Amino acid sequence: MDNRIEKRIELKAPVSRVWRALTDHREFGEWFRVKLDGPFVPGEISRGQITYPGYEHIKWQAVVQKMEPERLFSFTWHHSLDPDADISKEPTTLVEFRLEKIEAGTLLTLTESGFENLPDDLRLEAFRRNDGGWNEQMKNIESYVAQKP
Amino acid sequence: MSRRSHSRISGKRQAHAPVFAALGDETRLALVAKLCAGQPRSISQLTEGSHLTRQAITKHLRVLQNAGVVHSVRIGRESRFAFNPEPMEEIKKYLDLVSEQWDQALSRLKSLVEG
Repeated sequence: MDNRIEKRIELKAPVSRVWRALTDHREFGEWFRVKLDGPFVPGEISRGQITYPGYEHIKWQAVVQKMEPERLFSFTWHHSLDPDADISKEPTTLVEFRLEKIEAGTLLTLTESGFENLPDDLRLEAFRRNDGGWNEQMKNIESYVAQKP
Repeated sequence: MSRRSHSRISGKRQAHAPVFAALGDETRLALVAKLCAGQPRSISQLTEGSHLTRQAITKHLRVLQNAGVVHSVRIGRESRFAFNPEPMEEIKKYLDLVSEQWDQALSRLKSLVEG
């Protein structure tokens, strides 16, 4: 198990089209299901309102990190349950979209990383070194305590 | 990923907090290592070979029990403690859940750009 998520998806559309769907705030909102107040600007907080029926009271907040045209779009966001959470005070994870031209169109790679920034995960770090199951993790605990009796 | 699902994930995370806290201690990690190796053990057995008192071990076991990492079973007149793997398996599912939410969002993106 790792502290990051990685997804690769092939899209039958040109890189320019995918870039627009990711970075035009209206198009982003369409597939992400959020109504954003304005365009994405690197270094600035993106705010908006969730559009999913029944959850319109929940606010969206993210900090746009990088916008390298047709290559990389990234933002950080928080994982707080509090609808009024202030992103400048919350631990965040980093979401990155990388685009690559391929014969079929675009290869999109999504990563979400930094789960270890979220306080609870820090303690689990020792359990996450390997990708194995619980038995594997138990071996880690055993060797850990053997080294530090 | 909709915020709705995101909130659901955050809810999961909160539920995991006691497990992380319970395991963030070397004495308790050592207790878990002993218990996961085999049979349920009594407090006396778990105290043996430890520099801690029976009271201290009992206190640590209660923390593990409250987090659902161990449970106690009654054998005759004695309480024994046994390892309970479910909470850890739950944590492992956490990233799988986030991952699944991204799959759904990316599938909506795919429909948008290919449509």
